[in-house]
Amino acid sequence: MMVMFNLIKIFFCVGLFAFGGGTAMLPIIYQGVSVFGMSWSDFSDIVALSQITPGPIAVNASTYIGLEYGGLAGAIIATLAVCLPCFLVMLIVIKLIDRFKGSRIVEGAFTGIRPVTIGLILSAVIFVAGGVLVKGPVVSAQLAEIDYYNWIPIGICAASMVLMSALKVKPIYVMLIMAAAGALIYGVVL
Amino acid sequence: MIPQIQSLVVEEKKWMDAEEALDCIALGQSLPGVIAVNLATYVGYRQRGVAGAVWATLGITLPAFLSIIIALLLLGYIGDNQFVNGAFIGIKAAVCGLIVVTAVRLLKQMVGGSKAKLVFSILMAAGSLLAVGIFGVTAILVIVIGIILGILFYVLVTSKEVAK
Repeated sequence: MMVMFNLIKIFFCVGLFAFGGGTAMLPIIYQGVSVFGMSWSDFSDIVALSQITPGPIAVNASTYIGLEYGGLAGAIIATLAVCLPCFLVMLIVIKLIDRFKGSRIVEGAFTGIRPVTIGLILSAVIFVAGGVLVKGPVVSAQLAEIDYYNWIPIGICAASMVLMSALKVKPIYVMLIMAAAGALIYGVVL
Repeated sequence: MIPQIQSLVVEEKKWMDAEEALDCIALGQSLPGVIAVNLATYVGYRQRGVAGAVWATLGITLPAFLSIIIALLLLGYIGDNQFVNGAFIGIKAAVCGLIVVTAVRLLKQMVGGSKAKLVFSILMAAGSLLAVGIFGVTAILVIVIGIILGILFYVLVTSKEVAK
């Protein structure tokens, strides 16, 4: 019962407070699920699977986490909890939209939200890269040691940045290419 | 995903004109929560009221829900496998790259506007990265503080610049 309550609490907050879409939400999800004792390597598995399955990342992630800790009922509850605030807020805003237009408070709020979103997206890298690009957590004294870095994933990460920013390849294709590359390198070569 | 919704709603179904679709997307991206659910709620509500909003939200959520359940069942069936593990390492590394590329794109959009606003934005972005990523401050708290500081900045600085 406690698990269900926590799932509702975490994902309702994600739906209500997360500005800027899927990636900016990841820190809120990461901090929320820490009550279940989830490790950062489990977390990056969730992000990876959510990224390559169809649909909004937040929905994928809430279904995954709900299923992991509360079975099928947990998956349904977590998914509903993340959607409900979006749904309600949108309905309220459609009714009141004319009152918000040109409001200094609303303009000011977004002046603050936009840069915070960028900070949150960048901190998502710290949460996802742990155990992937480096052997343990990213924030660690061991960053000074050369053995602490996983060089093959760092190469894959650099290659995917080039594909996306310089060659404008769509992210989903980059994910599939790098999945194939990873399977080949770790399954066949090593 | 957003371009797909846009072309479905404007060209295929002709539910709204291009301009309303752009307004709808801007609104969906500004509000908190899952952007696709925000858009589905808006489009559904415009077509069939609250019932339409409910169905559209279910419609956009269900495939995402089912695809995770199917993927996890498949992965459980395959079990521990070096190819699958390798593929996951590849995806996770690529996701790190994707996140950085997304952040850089947003950073570029911050340039322009007044100098005071640019400085404010850079400080806010760096401050929230440090707070959440390094010191583990609750992200929701950082968002709320960001909103308050944004309103203060706007009222004290930006609106005066506009007045000049």
